[in-house]
Amino acid sequence: MAGINLRGVVKAYGKTQVIHGVDCTIADGEFLVIVGPSGCGKSTLLRMIAGLEIITDGEISIGDRVVNDLEPAERDIAMVFQNYALYPHMTVYNNMAYGLKIRGLAKADIDTRVRKAAEILALDDDLLRRTPRQLSGGQRQRVAMGRAIVRQPSAFLFDEPLSNLDAKLRVQMRLEIKKLQQNLGITSVYVTHDQVEAMTLGHRLMVLNGGVVEQIGAPIELYEHPATLFVAGFIGSPAMNLLPARIGDGGDRVELSGGDSLALPPGRFAAHAGQTVTAGLRPEHFEIVTDDQSVARLAVDVVEQLGADTLVHGHFGNDRGSLTVRLNGTQNLQARQVLPMSVRPELIHLFDADSGRRLES
Amino acid sequence: MEKRVVFRNPVLPYLLLAPQLIVTLVFFIWPAFQALKQSVLLEDPFGLRSRFVWLENFEYLFANAQYLDSLSITAVFSVSVAALALSVALYLAVQADRVVKAAAVYKTLLIWPYAVAPAVAGILWLLMFNPTLGILAYALRSLGYDWNHQVNGDQAMVLVVVAAAWKQISYNFLFFLAGMQAIPRSLIEAAAIDGAGPARRFWTIVFPLLTPTTFFLLVINIVYAFFDTFGIIHAVTQGGPAGATNILVYKVFNDGFIGLDLGGSAAQSVILMAIVIGLTVIQFRFIERKVHY
Repeated sequence: MAGINLRGVVKAYGKTQVIHGVDCTIADGEFLVIVGPSGCGKSTLLRMIAGLEIITDGEISIGDRVVNDLEPAERDIAMVFQNYALYPHMTVYNNMAYGLKIRGLAKADIDTRVRKAAEILALDDDLLRRTPRQLSGGQRQRVAMGRAIVRQPSAFLFDEPLSNLDAKLRVQMRLEIKKLQQNLGITSVYVTHDQVEAMTLGHRLMVLNGGVVEQIGAPIELYEHPATLFVAGFIGSPAMNLLPARIGDGGDRVELSGGDSLALPPGRFAAHAGQTVTAGLRPEHFEIVTDDQSVARLAVDVVEQLGADTLVHGHFGNDRGSLTVRLNGTQNLQARQVLPMSVRPELIHLFDADSGRRLES
Repeated sequence: MEKRVVFRNPVLPYLLLAPQLIVTLVFFIWPAFQALKQSVLLEDPFGLRSRFVWLENFEYLFANAQYLDSLSITAVFSVSVAALALSVALYLAVQADRVVKAAAVYKTLLIWPYAVAPAVAGILWLLMFNPTLGILAYALRSLGYDWNHQVNGDQAMVLVVVAAAWKQISYNFLFFLAGMQAIPRSLIEAAAIDGAGPARRFWTIVFPLLTPTTFFLLVINIVYAFFDTFGIIHAVTQGGPAGATNILVYKVFNDGFIGLDLGGSAAQSVILMAIVIGLTVIQFRFIERKVHY
C-alpha cells in the first residue's frame, strides 16, 4: 500500500499540451476521484499514473518510488477499464489468475487468491468457469474488479468503470465499489465524468477542466465553497444558477440583472463594492419569502413535480436568462405566476466576472 | 432478429441468383462433371475415339511411382508455402501494427506483391536466382554456397516455395493486420498492467484472438498452394529438375495437355478435388474446435 504523488505533471502530444502541470498528493488508503467534462484530460492523467502514457514533464511517484520510467507492470497498480478489457478467450477464473501466473505464483496460492476475490465479489463456481461473453454487464464489471483485487496492488485505478452499465446497476455497483475500497483500504484513483458518482465515491475530488486542476477538496467543500465558476457549475444537480450581477455601492447587496437585489452578509464584500460579478445561487437554497428587504421576483415558466421536490424554471424580471429553483415537497404553482424568492446571505456565491474566481470577503 | 426479404414476384429471386448460379454451373460444376466422366475413359491423343475403362486410370496412377512422388512433393510444397506465408505475414503485421509514422505507406508497399501475376512473380524470382545471371545466386555464391536450382531439386523446391509464399504474404498480411487492429487496445494494456511483456502478450492474448483469422488463412493458403501456384511452377521450373517440383496441379496439366493422356489427367484432377475437399472438411471439423470465435 502506498500514497501517490503528482508533481507538476504535464502531458503534451507534439506541440499540443493537454495536461498543464497537475500537483496532487493522494494519501495512503485515500479514494480520489478525478472528475471533469469529456476531453478534460482526466483519463490521460490516470493513464499516466498507470504507465500507459508517457509523462512529458513532472514527476509521479507511487509509495516512495518515482515511477516515471517504470513499465506499467513494475508500478504495482491494478486498473479497471471502461470496457472491462476482460480476455475473451479465457474463463473468468483464468482472467483473474493471469496476472498471478505471470508473477510466477504457485498454483495453490493462485487458487486461494482467486477464490477469495471471487468470494468478496460474490462470484460463484459456475461463473468462474464461464467466459466473459457469457456474463451480464454487472458480472463482467465484478470480474474486472476481481482481476484487480487478486493482484493485491498498492493502488487501484478506475477509468470510468460504471459508464457502460444501466442506471440502476450503476447505483448498485457504485455502492459496492465504495464498500470494497473501504474494506480493503487500498489507495484508489477513480476517473468519471459523472458528478454524482464523484460526490458519492470520493474522499476527495479533483475537478479537472481543459487539463488544469480547478479545485481539489472533499465533496462537501467543493459544494459549499467552489473555488471557480467552473466548479460551481459542475458540482451539484440541478446545476447552480449563474447570473450576471453587480455588487451594490454599499457592498451589502447583490443587484441581479432583472432589477431585484438580494442581501449579502454585512461588511463581507465591502471591498468589492460596485464590482461586476457572477452570482451563484443553488436551486435548493431558494425559499419563498414574505420579507421585502431581500427578495427577487421569479416569473415562473415551467413547473416540474418530482414528488419529493418541485423544480421551478423561471426568470427574474425582464432578464430572459432562465434559472432553476428546487422547492421541497409538492407545491401548488402555475406558470406565469410570480414568486417572491430569496437566498440566505451566507449561501450566495460570488465570482469575479473576468477571472471566474471566487470572491472571498 | 432475423431479416427476411419477401419477394412478391416468384421469379425475381431466381433471376437475381441466376448470374452466380450460371457462373458456378458453367465454370465449376460442369467441368467437374466432365473431369469425372473423362477420368473413366481412355481416349486416343487425337480425340477421335474413347473407350470406357472403369477405374483403370486410377489403378494406373496409384501404381505409378512418379505420381506417388508428386503427391508427397505437393504435400511438402503446400505445407511449406502455407507455413512460410503465414509466419512471415504475421511477423510483418505485428511490426506494421506498431508503426505510427508513415503507416499507410508501409502497408501499401506490403500489399503490392499481391497485384503481381503468378507467372510474373515466378519470372522475377527466377531472374534473381538464375545461376548465371541472378543477383541473389551471385550473392549466395560469394558466400560460398553453390546455387543452381536447375540441377538441384531441393534448391528448386526452395525457390518455388519462396516465390509462391512471397505472393501470398500480402494477402495474409492484410487479414492479420485487420484482425490485430480489431483487438481492443485496452486488452493489451490490461495484460501489460498484469505484468506480461510484449512477447508474452502476443502469445497469450493477441495470437489466441487471431485464431479465427489464422484458421481461415490456413484453408485459403493450402488451397492456393494446391491450385494457384501453377503459374509460378510453369514459369520457374516446369516441374523440374527431374520432377522435383512437379506438384499435382502441374502434373495434371503436363500429363493432359503435353502428354495428351486425357483420361489419366482427368483422374488426377478428380483425386486433386477429393484431396482439397477432404482437407477442407478436416480443417473445419477438427481445427475449428480449438478456435475461439
